[in-house]
Amino acid sequence: MIFDRTTSHSSDTRLSRRGFLVSAAMTGGSLVIGLTLPVEEGSAAGAEGFVPNAFIRIGHDSEVVLTMPYVEMGQGTYTSIPMLIAEELEVDLKQVRLEHAPPNEKLYVNPLLGVQATGNSNAIRGAWKPLREAGAAARLMLIEAAATRWGLEAKSCHAEAGEVIHGPSGRRLSYGALVADAARLQLPTNVVLKSPAEFKLIGTPAKRLDAAGKVNGSVVYGIDARPTGVKIATLAQSPVFGGRVKSVDDSAAKLLNGVRQIVRLDDAVAVVADHMGAAKKGLEALRIEWDEGANAALATEDVARELEQAILRAGPVAQNIGDAGQAMANAVTRIAANYHVPFLAHAAMEPMNCTVHVRGGECEIWLGTQAIARVQALAAKAAGLPIEKVIVHNHLIGGGFGRRLEADGAVRAVQIARQIDGPVKVVWTREEDIQHDMYRPYWVDRIEAGLDEAGRPVAWTNRFAGSSVIARYLPPAFNNGLDPDTTEGAIDLVYALPNLHVEYVRVEPPGIPTAFWRSVGPSHNVFVTESFIDELAAAAKQDPVAYRRALLHHNPRAKAVLDLAAEKAGWGATLPKGWGRGIALQNVFGSLLAQVAEVEITRDGSVRVHRVVCAMDCGTVVNPDTVQAQLQSGVMFGVTAALYGEITLKNGRVQQANFDNYQVLRINEAPAVEVHLVKSAEPPGGMGEAGTSGIVPAIANAVFAATGKRLRKMPIDPHSLKA
Amino acid sequence: MGFTININGTPRSVDVDGDTPLLWVLRDVLGMTGTKFGCGQALCGACTVHLDGSAIRSCITAIDSIGDSKVTTIEAIGATSAGELIQKAWLDREVAQCGYCQSGQIMSATALLATNPHPTDADIDDAMSGNICRCGTYVRIREAIKVAAQTRVKEG
Repeated sequence: MIFDRTTSHSSDTRLSRRGFLVSAAMTGGSLVIGLTLPVEEGSAAGAEGFVPNAFIRIGHDSEVVLTMPYVEMGQGTYTSIPMLIAEELEVDLKQVRLEHAPPNEKLYVNPLLGVQATGNSNAIRGAWKPLREAGAAARLMLIEAAATRWGLEAKSCHAEAGEVIHGPSGRRLSYGALVADAARLQLPTNVVLKSPAEFKLIGTPAKRLDAAGKVNGSVVYGIDARPTGVKIATLAQSPVFGGRVKSVDDSAAKLLNGVRQIVRLDDAVAVVADHMGAAKKGLEALRIEWDEGANAALATEDVARELEQAILRAGPVAQNIGDAGQAMANAVTRIAANYHVPFLAHAAMEPMNCTVHVRGGECEIWLGTQAIARVQALAAKAAGLPIEKVIVHNHLIGGGFGRRLEADGAVRAVQIARQIDGPVKVVWTREEDIQHDMYRPYWVDRIEAGLDEAGRPVAWTNRFAGSSVIARYLPPAFNNGLDPDTTEGAIDLVYALPNLHVEYVRVEPPGIPTAFWRSVGPSHNVFVTESFIDELAAAAKQDPVAYRRALLHHNPRAKAVLDLAAEKAGWGATLPKGWGRGIALQNVFGSLLAQVAEVEITRDGSVRVHRVVCAMDCGTVVNPDTVQAQLQSGVMFGVTAALYGEITLKNGRVQQANFDNYQVLRINEAPAVEVHLVKSAEPPGGMGEAGTSGIVPAIANAVFAATGKRLRKMPIDPHSLKA
Repeated sequence: MGFTININGTPRSVDVDGDTPLLWVLRDVLGMTGTKFGCGQALCGACTVHLDGSAIRSCITAIDSIGDSKVTTIEAIGATSAGELIQKAWLDREVAQCGYCQSGQIMSATALLATNPHPTDADIDDAMSGNICRCGTYVRIREAIKVAAQTRVKEG
């Protein structure tokens, strides 16, 4: 396969011009049929060939172009989505070429989110049925076209590797030869999808379709876009969130070679130059005075204190089972703890950037985004233009992790570009990227359990407070004070808990914006619940695996991954002094995962994670190599969070700025990661984030096993573990 | 100020201040975008290129410090025997995820393999710990370097 078009159609003029009628109907949260219907006979034909729906275009030369409704940011989507289509379309992955979807909420909506976005580990879950149907519908039309031409029954023909074949006579026609005929046919109303036994691609390790360009520097990310005449800008935004520019002295900056223009906004200043070196130098030469505003004295401690107060008051009930209050009162033993998780930055390797050209009533944008339609809509607003006048080119993404679900960068770049003649690429320095991120929220939990005489949890209450990202980002999904992300992992626990009561108190921190992050809600909730269940096991003086296992009699899938992880990790085998083994179990993003961490605590208190064993049941596996890669990846992301991840505020400013004080795990610190999969015929679960949430409590529990010290606040403070 | 430097075997002339980092000359002046910006302070390794075969961070290497030294970038590293082996091993082991840091990883790994045909785990740690991968592809980076080293042994 060739990935040779890195920018997309700006808007779907190709389809709309031809008068296609969208039939992507939402019912009961699932896409009934992800196809488009030709309004007029023959309208699916033309120079571009056969376009049965918004995902597939087959040319007269048999070239198969697939439009990707979900973006590629490393998670392997641009291989697994083509696998789904190719499985039913009967083409070889080598025959396909990929394009990024243009902004079009109707054609490319994520059925699980209700917007055109890639996140929540649900690309494969969202695509599983509609994209196989898209491939199957196209295949049926091509077979029908061939059969008609041959004067045969369609059912006597089949498709294989981009051809329709009539077995008995040996006749065959390439898809390219059939596109004109197929385009005149009605879309089939019913398609029967293959049974798992018939899969040729799904479940086999496919080579990544985006790999080649990633080893020779030829891949084009948003930051590599170079429209003719592009200038480079970098910027300083108010160091305190909500602050304003009071004055700018740009006299020295203007004299520098290569500096072209200084752009002053309400709350930011940008230097436009011939290259980033000159832009950075210009920025350093500016003297900016800020009106720091209301948040100038804010510190992390203020946020934490407010949340500690918030968990003292009742919040909306996220889940209630039985009567936790009564059961708690009757319990033999009661255990309670407070947990804290910090603000976290994304620190994707590709710093925030966006290239914009505002000209004559039109705005053209180049960037890598997880939410292209949101970018288009908010950029249009910022540009003061109708949405159809904003052209957006998406790119492969140099790390998303939720950061690129936000359009703040595009809006900022448009504000700057409006003052510039010609295209400008706005590139955040790493310092600006970290200090003006939108952060994984700080959350505080008050969690309590009551145990019976055998140590079993008969009551479980959890009240937590912090930001709801969904409430800002996707208001319709925030209902009655609750949203599915913030509570995921705190409710619907894998364990049989007869009396459970969970409340969430929404508190938006002042002076710091929050956003999604790899595994968002579960990155918090699974740390708390899986640490706390470990506390209960310790209080009951029971083995952490055995204790969990006893609560899983109703949940064979969870029990299977727990047992597999324990077995492969050699649970119970002796470790050297100063080492510990910890386990965590979760059911989030639609996948079951158990992880065992093996850690060493050195004399200075620092924690080294040596080995991580993952046992996963993620339902049907589309690309096993991707599943392994995503678990390896998710684990490293979580180890970084456990050991180093923390954004703090002082005087309203983010104190971390670059990889020296916002550290990311390095190869010399990376654990060995083993991945074991449980075979399952269930529909696919999510993969991209699961590994991150579970590993944090697994590490904390391993530290407890080694030291007897319970870690209720992330990241790990080595001083607390000093020998 | 004008400078002429040898990049991938070709002399290239640019007119920038002498303290301009090589990274921006490559990316913004010459349009060679394979070399990546990650941190600007030699903390992440995304901008790694070779200077006379040694891995350096182009984000802190001023253009006026290069002189007659030969610069090799990701765009040309496949033409070296070590670079070709590393690229093949990267594809064989499916190392890249988002891929953004991989130009730098490959440049560091190639410099290692070119001077050390049998790197140990400790050698790999030493040579590669300056290169951050936020996708956490470290397990496969290590495997791929070993695959490349073994391939070289087999091929003699």
